[in-house]
Amino acid sequence: MTLEPLLLSIRLALVVSVILLAGGLPFAYWLAFSRWRGKFLLETVVALPLVLPPTVLGFYVLVAMGPQGPLGRFWQTFFGHGLAFTFEGLVIASVLYSLPFAVQPLVASFESVDRKLLDASAVLGAGRARTFLRVVLPLSIPGVVTAFVLSFAHTIGEFGVVLMVGGNLPGITRTISIAIYDQVQSLDYGQANRMALLLLIFSFVVLSVVYGFHRRVGRDLGRRLWTP
Amino acid sequence: MFFVLDVAIEAPPGITILFGPSGAGKSTLLDCIAGVLRPDEGCISAAGLVLYDSQRKINLRPNARSVAYVFQSLALFPHMTAEENVAYGLAALPRDERKLRATEIMKAFAVDKFRSRKPAEVSGGERQRIALARSLATRPRVLLLDEPLTGLDAHLKAAILDDLRTWNAAHRIPILYVTHSREEVSALGERVVAIDHGRVVSEGTPVEVLDAPRRKRIAQAAGFENLLNGSVADVREADGVMRVRLDGSQLEIEVPLGFSAVGHKVCVAVRAGDILLATQPPQGLSARNVMEGRIVAVEPRGFLTQLRVDCGTPFLVHVTPSAVRALELAPGQRVWLVLKTHSCHLVES
Repeated sequence: MTLEPLLLSIRLALVVSVILLAGGLPFAYWLAFSRWRGKFLLETVVALPLVLPPTVLGFYVLVAMGPQGPLGRFWQTFFGHGLAFTFEGLVIASVLYSLPFAVQPLVASFESVDRKLLDASAVLGAGRARTFLRVVLPLSIPGVVTAFVLSFAHTIGEFGVVLMVGGNLPGITRTISIAIYDQVQSLDYGQANRMALLLLIFSFVVLSVVYGFHRRVGRDLGRRLWTP
Repeated sequence: MFFVLDVAIEAPPGITILFGPSGAGKSTLLDCIAGVLRPDEGCISAAGLVLYDSQRKINLRPNARSVAYVFQSLALFPHMTAEENVAYGLAALPRDERKLRATEIMKAFAVDKFRSRKPAEVSGGERQRIALARSLATRPRVLLLDEPLTGLDAHLKAAILDDLRTWNAAHRIPILYVTHSREEVSALGERVVAIDHGRVVSEGTPVEVLDAPRRKRIAQAAGFENLLNGSVADVREADGVMRVRLDGSQLEIEVPLGFSAVGHKVCVAVRAGDILLATQPPQGLSARNVMEGRIVAVEPRGFLTQLRVDCGTPFLVHVTPSAVRALELAPGQRVWLVLKTHSCHLVES
């Protein structure tokens, strides 16, 4: 059994989770504390990947990344090659697809921080950045861990989006879920079973770590994810 | 609940008590001064610095006001030690000075021995001291206290207040102290501003505000156990008194003259401790109100005993346990209640 698809999946998931956390922290902070009235529209956009079939998302991302698409042309201009069927393209698509799994736990944990603590911090002379770094973030660590692990696990397990925008190039876009699909297509059930089992165990361990880590955050998250 | 908060107050250095029932707007007022809530219009200034002025479009952010605020929930940072909490507002100082200042103020409030404990690991009273130390470490222009000592016993309260007074003897800043507890108002013994429904209803010393409450809700908060509804039966301006017939009975009592005409509905507030009780018809008294009744219940309450007496209208009377023993007071007994005219306070109902 070649480990290449699994390693590729893990590499993809790591890159995607790091990007999501880096961008998700300020974005989630804004979503949690902004009083802008149109905020719900952005919340809707963030939650969209939860309800859209991956093929729909993948289709639009593919069109945008194509040689005629805005994203594709931009990439061509700056990096000299297209985006479709590349690892970078896969990263961009996965970031979009796993967005709710990073942003929603962050928003939930930021919102659960007692507002009086924020007031206290402000009255004691702290600006917004200091309040975030010294008060909000330390009290939201379980949410940050949850966001990272969930976006990691979700990216590992994705299939439809990868198939749409990545194709099936060994070592570049052939992730574990694609490899399993391939093996089933070629009736290699033994190989497919080994890979599928590996993924199943991996996912179980990751999720049990998250839910064990902080049961309360787990509950909040469940509420937010399944009651949009 | 919706109401308009519309007040004008001035607080000199020292403690000014904001007193009133829950929901009167006391905490909202503090929120506006601290800048965590923005008033619609008006002007707030502290020690010569304009914090908010709707006409001049000035609205300083809370972190630029140098106003200290101890919230009712204290809002200590749960993930920081006591010392980190206290030093939180001192970020602008160099490290050594920060440490020095935190230690100094923690000593002043007797919490330096808990410096490395988290808020959850100390007692309620210690948490309150840490919160005070954290606020005052920044050397604020004004200190806002929102019922900071609720849930503490009297000794602990007095000790913390002593430390606060000692600190303020040296710093002389205005302290706005919100409370709905009458005991705290008496204990603090300084200027009182009574607030109800978002408005200042009276101002003065504790005695002036507590003993002459003008509003029914303030009267209840100020500990007037007997609030009697009735209507004015007779006005004797020459004597400075009027007679009030109590609702639901034939009872008439004499009260100080108020801005009322015959037939007006009024409410009379009487402290249970201001009523005299006799087991025989009293004679030769200067008090104008003597009412015959029957004891309904005897309820011991620590150092005093509360009697429920039915004189056609129910009265609550407080007597000492020794008086209960000496007079052998028991339910069913006939008694006479004696009430001085000036122990009756008219309140707006």
